[in-house]
Amino acid sequence: MTAALINVPAKARRGDIIEVKTLMSHIMETGYRRTAAGELVPRNIITSFTCRYNGKEVFRADLFPAIAANPFISFFTVATDSGKFDFEWIGDQGFSETASAAITVVE
Amino acid sequence: MRKPNPSTRRRFLGFAGGMAVAGAVPIVTVRPLQATPAMLASAIRNVTGSAEVHTGKVKLDIPPLVENGNTVPMTVSVASPMTPEDHVKSIHVFNEKNPQPNIGNFYVAPAAGRAQVSTRIRLADSQKVTAIAQLSDGSFWSASVDVVVTLAACTEDVI
Repeated sequence: MTAALINVPAKARRGDIIEVKTLMSHIMETGYRRTAAGELVPRNIITSFTCRYNGKEVFRADLFPAIAANPFISFFTVATDSGKFDFEWIGDQGFSETASAAITVVE
Repeated sequence: MRKPNPSTRRRFLGFAGGMAVAGAVPIVTVRPLQATPAMLASAIRNVTGSAEVHTGKVKLDIPPLVENGNTVPMTVSVASPMTPEDHVKSIHVFNEKNPQPNIGNFYVAPAAGRAQVSTRIRLADSQKVTAIAQLSDGSFWSASVDVVVTLAACTEDVI
């Protein structure tokens, strides 16, 4: 089960600027919070997000603890060819998730 | 039968609650470790190097008054034709008073069509948020917004 929500238009005209919205379920523990006992909760965040469109990187982000839990990221790209968007999230404590979405580009 | 005197119990609970509040106060005032303006300046220098940062071109959309600093919607857009010759390479967002000055670095390709990124951020205090964009010609442009936060994020206790 993947914890990602992806929103990519299923169909677009070639040359259209499309918005890609992504949401990954993750606690994004800052590493600055303490338990009631006063112990620091270790940092556990997503540090990197990448989007590839037909294998070519179109967007990348470095995330810090100041990104809210369940990181939502949206950005734009130009619809060039039918194919696939591949998304990858990498984080602390070996966190790694991928997701993909298909798009059909018409003339 | 021995019955606990309710008024004594009430007093005790009230006292204990009062102590808990009093005990929590010093922790709250001591803890907020903050990024200092010097840390912010050095984080920005890490990105820009010695280049001058101009004001303009960048639009930072963020509510001026937020109730909950745990999720603050933010949109950064940069006025750019986004052609291979003239495009935005990256967008960097910084804050003044969170424990760490960085919020995020976003790398956009010339093929993005529109240099705009939205996300949700955390703000530990009322403060200034700064977005800086690097263009393909190597110049840096920035925008800053002052945000008032009523409920702080990042360093609150885990319940």
